[in-house]
Amino acid sequence: MSVTTSPRSAARNPSRAPGARDKFSDWANVHRKWLFAAPAMAFVGVLIVFPLAWTLYLSLTDSQGSVRAATEFIGLENYLTVLSDVERFWPAVGRTMTFTGIALVCEVVLGMGIALLLWRPFRGEKWVRVAILLPLVATPVAVGMMWRLIFDPNIGFVNQLLGMVGIPAQPWLSGQDTALGTTIFMDVWQWTPMVVLILLAGLTSLSDEPDEAARMDGANSFQRFFYITLPLMMPTVIVAILLRGIDALKTFDILYATKGKGGGSFHEVETLNVYAYGLSFDYNQYGLSSAVLILFFMIIIGTMWLLTMRKKAVSK
Amino acid sequence: MTVLTPHQTATGQPQPARRRRKPLGTRAYKVFRVAALVAVVLFLIAPLAWMLMASFKTNVDIYDTAKSIIFTPTGENYANVLQRNNYFVFIFNSFWVAFVSTALSLVLGVPAAYAMSRFTMHRSALVVLMARVIPGVSLLVPWYYVFSNLKMVGGFEVLILSHMFVALPLIVYIMMSYFDSLPLELEESAQVDGLTPIGAFRRITLPLSVAGMATAGILSFIFSWNNFMFALVLSGSKTKTLPVAIFDFVSYASIDWGGLMAAATVVTIPIMIIALFTQKYIVSGMTAGATKG
Repeated sequence: MSVTTSPRSAARNPSRAPGARDKFSDWANVHRKWLFAAPAMAFVGVLIVFPLAWTLYLSLTDSQGSVRAATEFIGLENYLTVLSDVERFWPAVGRTMTFTGIALVCEVVLGMGIALLLWRPFRGEKWVRVAILLPLVATPVAVGMMWRLIFDPNIGFVNQLLGMVGIPAQPWLSGQDTALGTTIFMDVWQWTPMVVLILLAGLTSLSDEPDEAARMDGANSFQRFFYITLPLMMPTVIVAILLRGIDALKTFDILYATKGKGGGSFHEVETLNVYAYGLSFDYNQYGLSSAVLILFFMIIIGTMWLLTMRKKAVSK
Repeated sequence: MTVLTPHQTATGQPQPARRRRKPLGTRAYKVFRVAALVAVVLFLIAPLAWMLMASFKTNVDIYDTAKSIIFTPTGENYANVLQRNNYFVFIFNSFWVAFVSTALSLVLGVPAAYAMSRFTMHRSALVVLMARVIPGVSLLVPWYYVFSNLKMVGGFEVLILSHMFVALPLIVYIMMSYFDSLPLELEESAQVDGLTPIGAFRRITLPLSVAGMATAGILSFIFSWNNFMFALVLSGSKTKTLPVAIFDFVSYASIDWGGLMAAATVVTIPIMIIALFTQKYIVSGMTAGATKG
């Protein structure tokens, strides 16, 4: 190792005049914490802080049509308009919550079940793991198009299958009452694998001993799962809910790909994200959409905060 | 068979299993487990198989329920999609944007994750991770305004920047949990041997982190490849990526199902092939940080 050229040695022997390069490298080493972290933080900061501040500003104006058009400061009027809007805003809040809530429950329950199936090694494990990986990496827009064909009322595979057992054809995505449920199903198909992977990692890192001890004491598999495994897994379950929940609240791709603008002609699948996108880019109502977005952001932060608190309580 | 399972002896006679513990239950459980696993695999794979089959059918066959499973495959849909609809351009666009945004995000993100891990900069990490939480639409309006004033909308730069915004938090998150798990002693002894802290990072830590960087890079590539909303607003006719191209497919009056399924397959297949070869990395990336309390 060429210790003599190392800037470190220059620093150790101040008698020797350090070169400019050494000086820079000494400076870099002393300040490496921020030298390393600052560029990434600056990048994210510029791309977040400025737009967020702007969104906040727009939400207090009557901006519409073009962002460049002269706008007037109207205080909290947009928020009042939005919060008293029972036709689009509150139903969108409801759909966002329904979508996220039902999808999360299904994904965690199914995910836990599948993770338990996969927990102990078995022959053919490799193939099951491949099957789990594929939906996870598939492009959501393409997945949306795939389901559109499969759930098509006339030519779709699902109705063909139901027809075989004598169940009449369902409208699925094109039904006013069934569309949201169908999109939840798509979300469950695509993202249960992610929950499986996270929970499986958690299960694998569990120590065998508590389970073993309970077995010695004569506990059956159900008792061992509910009294030993599940409590130990709670922190991991909450991490899975947190990671999946953030993305589920913000779901956009499959909703827009399957139902298009405004979440369908009756706004069947219009969640907050789809609503805000439509206000911004289909109707150019920047002031209103900014107010919706600020409220949406507060909902997300609130949900995360609740879950993080819950996780802290569980981890103790 | 020359390969012996652990429960067989050289004579081929099954021996009483020398398991550490009893298997998870009875024979009934085993049957149930196999059945459940088969059901899970079918549930996950059947839709993809349906999409793949439809992409090889003519539109007449797609409408004919008698030809659901048995049909004469045709490559016509792919020929249409690839030639007439310029999909090679979109494939290139998607690849280029994903590749450049991943590479740049690694350059910015890996040192940042290192500093945040070693100096436990939790609050700074939170700033970067905020990017994962914020709804993309709230950023798009200001971005669109600024970038269109700079005449950048429709160029690759702005798409790459927006995808870096997705990639960077992901990379920082994965790499932080990777660096957290690397022992400090290696760097410390390298510094005792005369390396500067940055030298130790470059010559010791980075080479040891190749697996972590592969994980972060592959996931970031996939996320960028799959990204729809940013490209929907910020891409132009020359920079259109695959997800936007498929979305445009349905805005015509009647849906060309065969073509649409071929297009959907063209988007999905490359990413699935990458995923099959890098399975280990994807799994470790998806579960990064999930199990450390």
